[in-house]
Amino acid sequence: MVLPLAHLGLRAAGGEDPLGQVLTSRVLDLVIDTLSLAVAVTVLAVLVGVGIAWLVERSDLPGRRILGVAAALPLVVPTYVGALALLAAVGPRGLAWEMPAIIGFWGATAALTLSTYPYVLLLARAVLRSADPSLEEAGRALGDTPWSSFRRVLLPGLRPAIAAGGLLVFLYVLSDFGAVSIMRFDTVTRAIYVEYRSSFDRARPALLGLVLVALTLAVVAAELRLRGRPAPTPVVAGRRPAPLTPLGHWRWPAAVGVGVIVFAGIGIPVAVLGYWSIVGSSGADSASVIARAALISAQVSIMAAVLAVVAALPVAVLAVRHRSRLSRAVEVLALSGYALPGLVIALAMVFFAARFLPGLYQTLAILVLAYLVRFLPEALGSVRSSLLQVDPALEEAGRSLGRSRLSVACSVTFPLMRGGLLAGAALVFLTAMKELPATLLLLPAGYDTLAVRVWTSASQGLYAQAAPAALILVAVTGVVLWPLWGLAGRRRLLGAAPEVSAA
Amino acid sequence: MPKAKGRALVALALMVSTLAGCGGGGGDELVIYSGRNEKLVAPILERFAKRTGVDIRVRYADTTELTPTLLEEGASSRADVFFSQDAGALAALAGRGRLAPLPQDVLDLVEPRFRDPKGRWVGVTGRARVISYNTQRLEEADLPASVLDVARPQWASRVGFPPTNASFVAFVSALVEQVGAERTRAFLEGLKAGGAKRYDNNVLVLEAVAKGEVDLGLVNHYYLYNEFKERPGAPVANHFPGQGPGGEGTFVNVAGGAIVAGTDQDEAARRFVRFLLEEEAQTYFRDQTAEYPLRPGTTPIPELPPLERLRTIDVPLERLGRDLEASQQLLREVGLT
Repeated sequence: MVLPLAHLGLRAAGGEDPLGQVLTSRVLDLVIDTLSLAVAVTVLAVLVGVGIAWLVERSDLPGRRILGVAAALPLVVPTYVGALALLAAVGPRGLAWEMPAIIGFWGATAALTLSTYPYVLLLARAVLRSADPSLEEAGRALGDTPWSSFRRVLLPGLRPAIAAGGLLVFLYVLSDFGAVSIMRFDTVTRAIYVEYRSSFDRARPALLGLVLVALTLAVVAAELRLRGRPAPTPVVAGRRPAPLTPLGHWRWPAAVGVGVIVFAGIGIPVAVLGYWSIVGSSGADSASVIARAALISAQVSIMAAVLAVVAALPVAVLAVRHRSRLSRAVEVLALSGYALPGLVIALAMVFFAARFLPGLYQTLAILVLAYLVRFLPEALGSVRSSLLQVDPALEEAGRSLGRSRLSVACSVTFPLMRGGLLAGAALVFLTAMKELPATLLLLPAGYDTLAVRVWTSASQGLYAQAAPAALILVAVTGVVLWPLWGLAGRRRLLGAAPEVSAA
Repeated sequence: MPKAKGRALVALALMVSTLAGCGGGGGDELVIYSGRNEKLVAPILERFAKRTGVDIRVRYADTTELTPTLLEEGASSRADVFFSQDAGALAALAGRGRLAPLPQDVLDLVEPRFRDPKGRWVGVTGRARVISYNTQRLEEADLPASVLDVARPQWASRVGFPPTNASFVAFVSALVEQVGAERTRAFLEGLKAGGAKRYDNNVLVLEAVAKGEVDLGLVNHYYLYNEFKERPGAPVANHFPGQGPGGEGTFVNVAGGAIVAGTDQDEAARRFVRFLLEEEAQTYFRDQTAEYPLRPGTTPIPELPPLERLRTIDVPLERLGRDLEASQQLLREVGLT
C-alpha cells in the first residue's frame, strides 16, 4: 500500500517547483470537475443501488429474482466497453437514437453510474438478506408504514453498507480512465494519462497523482466522520424470510424502471457488442486464444479475491472491534490505493519489483499484488459492514463458554459474516477480471487476459474483433457470479415458512 | 466444515499452480517490448523467430506506457529491444541514456532523416499526418491546401482531432519547427475558438469522419485502411496537406526500433533490428498496415504518393523527444488538453 505513495513522492520530488505546478487554475478546475463527477455518480449510484436492493429483497416486484441477478450484471462490463457501447448506441449518429448530451459530464455520469451502482446494490443486499426480519415485523405490527419501516428499521443497518458502497463508487470515479476518456470529460486521472501519453515527463503526472491521494484522504476522513457508530442490526443464524411489501399499482412501473436501468447497464453493451461482431469483418481471435486468456483472467482474479478478503479481515477487525488512531490510519492507507489510476500503481510496482524483487518481476505474483493494492478497499468495505452486523454479545457468549478467540471467530463470527465475505470476494473478482491498465504493464510477456484481448483489438478500432472476447468476459464473470449468488441466497431456502407477503 | 475445506484446497491448488506456471523467464530469450499492436506485429515477429532460431518473448502495450515502464525499470530492465510506435518515445529514451548504439550498416539502410543522428534508433516505417475527409460531404478540390487553413472559421467547426494523442503532440512539435511557435499557437487557438471536436485517439476521429459527425479529421494516413477493414466502403479518403508550391508539407513520423542499453542479447538484438528493415518485413508492414516502408526500394501501396515525391515537413525527428514537453505546454496554455 505504501509503495505507490512512496513512488509518487519520489517522482514528484524530481520535478521543478512542484507546488507552483499544482496550484494553478487548471489543476483547480480539474479538481472541481472531478469532484462534481464523483459526487453526482455517488449520489445516483446510492439511490439506484439501494432502491433496487430494497425492491428485490423486500417488495413483491414482479420478476424480482431475475431482476435481482440481472441488476448486478453491469458490474461485469468493463467501464470502457460500457461507455463505448453507450456512445455507439445513443451518442452522436448513434445506432439507436441520438442523445448528443451524452458527451461530456452527463455521458460520463451515466456510464459510471451504470457500472458502479452494483457495488452499492451488492453491499446493501447482503445487509438486507441477513437482517433479522423480526424487527421489521414488530415495527409493522405497531403501525409502521413501508417507508417509516425502511427509514427506522432498515436504514440504520444499511448505513455502513451505504457508506462503504458510496465510498467505493466515489473512489472508483476518481480512478476511472475508460469512461471519462471515451466521454471526453476531463478529470485528474485523465490528465495523468494525458501527461504520460503525450510527453515523457514523470514529475507532473506524479504531482497530479498526489492531488488524487489528497482528495482521497479528505473524502475518507469525511466518510469516517459520517459513518459514526451505527447500532449493529443483529443477525440471526436460522432465520425466516423477511416480509415483503406489496407495491400495489406501482408494481409494474417499478419493474419497468429497474428493467430500463438494467437494460442500459448490461443490455446495451451486449447488444452493441453483438451488433459489432456481426457487421464487422475483422476476424475474431481463435477460440483457444480466448480460452487461455479466460483461464488466466479467472485464475489471477480468484487469487486476488481470496487474498483481498483474507487481508481485509484483520483490517476490518481492527477497525470495528479495536477502534484507535492506529486502526484508522491502517484503514485509510488501505483505501488510498483505490483512488489511484491503475497506471500509477503499475508503474510503482514496475519500479520496485524490477529493482528489489527481480525474481518475481514479470510473474503473475506481482500482478496479483497490484490487484490486491488496488482492490483491497472493495473487500474491506463489505467485510467491515458485515462485521458491524455481528453482535459482539454473541462473541462474548462464545468466549464465556470457554472457547478461544480463534474458535469463536471460526464458529460464530465468520459464519455470520458469510454474506459479506462472499460479496467482498465477488466484488474484487469482478473488478480484477476487467482491470486493464495495471494488467497491461504487469502481465508477464506471453500471457493474456480477456481484458487485454479486448483492448488489443478495440484500441485499433477493430470492434468486431474485440466483441467476442468482450462478450466472453461478460459471460465468464456472469457465470462465476451465479453460484456466489446461490451461496449468499441459500439461507433464504433454509427458512421454514414459504414466502408470503405480509401485508 | 468439509465444504469450506474443499474450497480452500481448490483455492490453494490454483494459487500454487499459477505461481509455478509463471516462473521461468530464461536468459537466452530475446525480450522484445512492442509498443505496436499485437495484431499488427505478432506474425512478423514469429517469422523472425522461425527464420533465425532466436527465442523471443514479447511484451505488448502502448508505446506511451512502455516508455515510462522502461524508464522506471532503468538499469534493471530485462528488455533487449524496443519497437516503438513513434520517434518521440525513442528520442525521449535515447535522451535519458536508455538506448544502446546500433551498428552503422543497419542505420545506413534508411535515409538519415528517418534515424537518430547519434545512431541509437532507426525508423522502420513512415506514417504521414493527413487530413481525412468525408467523401459524401466534400470533394478533394474543396479541401484546404494547408493544414493551417483547417483552423480558419469556415473549417474549424467541421474538424475532429485528438489533442492528447502522442501522434498529434508530435505533429504540433513538427509544426512549431516548420512555421514557428506563433503560427502554431494561432492554429491551435483557431481550432479551439472554432469549436473543433476533440477525440481521445485517431481511431475515434476517423470513425467520426466516417459517420459524418465531423467532415475533416487530423489523423495518421493508415487508419483509413483499418477503417475499411471494419466498415467496407466507409465514405472516407486521405488528403495530403501542404503539397502545393510553397506549402508547409506533410509531417511524416516513424515507427522505429532500438536496442535497450544493458542488453545481454546484443547479437540477437542487432539481428532483430536489421530484420525489421529487410525486404520481407518491409513488405509485410506495407501490406498489413499501409505504412510507408522506409528502406529505399520497397514501394508503398499504390494509393499513396511515393515518399520521394511527397513534400514533407523537414523536422529532425530526434528533436521531437525534447520538444514534446514544450508542445504539451502549448496545448495546455491554449486549453486543448
